[in-house]
Amino acid sequence: MKMKTLAAMALAGTLAAGPALAELVIPDLSYRTGPYAAGGTPFSDGYQDYFALLNARDGGIGGEAVRIVECETGYNTEKGVECYEATKGEGALIYQPLSTGITYQLIPKATADEIPIHTMGYGRTSAANGEVFNWVFNYPANYWDAASVAVNYLLDENGGSLDGKTIALVYHNSAYGKEPIRTLEVLSEMHGFELSQLAVDHPGQEQKSQWLQIRRERPDYVLMWGWGVMNQVAVQEAANIGFPMENFIGNWWAGAEHDVTPAGMAADGYKSLNMNRVVDYPVLADIQSMVHDAGNAAGDGSNLGSVLYVRGMYAAMLAAEAIAKAQEIHGVSAVTPAMVRDGMEALEITAARMSELGMEGIGPEFSVSCQNHGGSGQGLVQQWNAADGVWVPLTDFIQPDDSVTDPLVAEDSMAFASESNITPGCL
Amino acid sequence: MLYREAGDFKTSYHADNQTFPIKFDRIGFWITMVIAFLVIPFMINDYWANAIFVPFLIYAIAAIGLNILTGYCGQVSLGTGGFMAVGAYACYKLMTAFPDVSIVIHIILAGGITAAVGAAFGLPSLRIKGFYLAVATLAAQFFLVWLFNKVSWFYNYSASGQINAPERFVAGVAVTGPNTDPWAQYMICLVFLTVCALIARNLTRGTIGRSWMAIRDMDIAAEIIGVNPLKAKLTAFAVSSFFIGISGALFFAVYLGAVEVGEAFGIQKSFLVLFMIIIGGLGSIFGCFAGAAFLVLLPVALKVIGVDVLGWPTDLVSHLNLVIVGALIMFFLIKEPHGLAQLWRLAKEKLRLWPFPY
Repeated sequence: MKMKTLAAMALAGTLAAGPALAELVIPDLSYRTGPYAAGGTPFSDGYQDYFALLNARDGGIGGEAVRIVECETGYNTEKGVECYEATKGEGALIYQPLSTGITYQLIPKATADEIPIHTMGYGRTSAANGEVFNWVFNYPANYWDAASVAVNYLLDENGGSLDGKTIALVYHNSAYGKEPIRTLEVLSEMHGFELSQLAVDHPGQEQKSQWLQIRRERPDYVLMWGWGVMNQVAVQEAANIGFPMENFIGNWWAGAEHDVTPAGMAADGYKSLNMNRVVDYPVLADIQSMVHDAGNAAGDGSNLGSVLYVRGMYAAMLAAEAIAKAQEIHGVSAVTPAMVRDGMEALEITAARMSELGMEGIGPEFSVSCQNHGGSGQGLVQQWNAADGVWVPLTDFIQPDDSVTDPLVAEDSMAFASESNITPGCL
Repeated sequence: MLYREAGDFKTSYHADNQTFPIKFDRIGFWITMVIAFLVIPFMINDYWANAIFVPFLIYAIAAIGLNILTGYCGQVSLGTGGFMAVGAYACYKLMTAFPDVSIVIHIILAGGITAAVGAAFGLPSLRIKGFYLAVATLAAQFFLVWLFNKVSWFYNYSASGQINAPERFVAGVAVTGPNTDPWAQYMICLVFLTVCALIARNLTRGTIGRSWMAIRDMDIAAEIIGVNPLKAKLTAFAVSSFFIGISGALFFAVYLGAVEVGEAFGIQKSFLVLFMIIIGGLGSIFGCFAGAAFLVLLPVALKVIGVDVLGWPTDLVSHLNLVIVGALIMFFLIKEPHGLAQLWRLAKEKLRLWPFPY
């Protein structure tokens, strides 16, 4: 017995230390525990299930099987670093940490190790400038796009003018929540609305004072940059003070089923942004039949088709497409992280390709270039229908105001470049 | 047999007072030092440095700091995370304001700044004791985290509120920043830990350490025999915060490289360091090392066994980790309040008599 355990450990040791095998290793830094698990679990399920589908249906990507290495971070940066170090030795091709804090940790490390990071709709916004952040990609959209999309939507609602309106921003008091402030400040000057900022500390269970302030100030709209348990509490508090739900807009990390269901019917009409449309895609049926029914579901299988599950699947699709692109560019099927980076930089997602993959209209059409790692930046607005328990897309993809975000991206990325002695340029 | 004192004669006061009175311990200490300084740096890789050694060394410094305050002077503190944040932000401000000055000096200065802050927050300890003091230090924890989040000057007005360690060198070798070699990261932490442990050990067995222990055991009696409680308590807070500040600076600059105050230095950090000294042993320098090693290694070991070998789901292993740490704390509080250090002491007693116990 003891010998067997020792042998198993020795085997695990050699496997961990051995050379990269001929397969595509994709680490999944997930979090299925802690205050953010409600969001981390469906995303990770979707991310893993899509690769499992590729393995089951197509035999991997370009004939190479995909191996997922899951590592639990608990949304904690120290564990994130440990997970990164533990998985990079196995030949990790692309990282998707799903945490802005961990992303900030990994940007310098992964750049030094030459492994690409894809931070889809989170992370460091100015990474959209690919000349400074060669190894970091945040397509199809980032936080500053989100702020601009939300304001554009409100402009549309108000006949093109927000003059004299007040907008309150309820944000998670962390790097994640602070990201949109600068853009919203610029937008508030431009469009003449007043911005009030209300910070909510981690993990966000205590928001009484913030909502009391909203009740007193009666802003016209409330925007929210929330994540995890904070969203549920905020929706409940908004209902408690009788804030009109249709004037309460969350960003795309504050718009999943589990955020609104605890408030029941009171959450009806709550809006949020989304970067991926959620409808019943044909690919979900494939996942059901080839992955879940075969007993290979990543989690308990209950999240199939939910907002964050679809987003995880979308992230996996973008990674798989980038790997396929890399295989096409370099003409080899066993790609290296550097080749995957080239594939990401040459990535082009068209409507035809999305319908071919069984997810028609899941995201905007966009293409990536060395200068622009950020994609098109488009997002849509969806609304919660509590009676039927579904998110209803209200708009098509809305274009952000690039004249606002582009100078901010340039300014912030150049500051980073001079701080870190980077000469901007393409690889 | 192995572990005996027979034939190990002390012929001077100096020899009688040494840290390791038993020859076997002295040999063990020097072997450990040789391995730590001359073997590990040549074998270490990124994973071992970032997952095990660097966090262990840094937490050991923090545990020494808290142990001086709680274990030696008897003042319970829940502000460790906040004081580590002071060290980290002081180091960051110094690094960015004076880029030409050596990082080693910045880390020591960060410790000094934390000592001043710690002494200021230690003032209430002259009036309040026990639980009430714990609550006062808890207030320090929340105030400091709030301060570093609220005032943008501390993070140089960056949009995200994150602080990033720029690249800095010691003798031409990068010790901070992404291009740091694992051995360099390890060595700078090891040197700081060794010096801190030596200072702590010698402080605790001198006059000042004895006055701390007198205050811990019975403050009224200590006052009657002439120990000045103001001086004893404030020096304990200052020295403790100095070590904690150094660990915070290393934690930010060498280990993580980018830090967000609420996430990295929240209340859970204070509890983690407190658990280290409880499990390791209150009032023992060895206990700081044992506790830090235990709480750094346990999650990694559980992960390797549970996920990599047994193939369990990652969330199950992570929850199991919480259960085990909780159970161990209860076990130690009930069965062995003096922690791993006491177990080691008992084992030594037994070994001295082995194989002929009476």
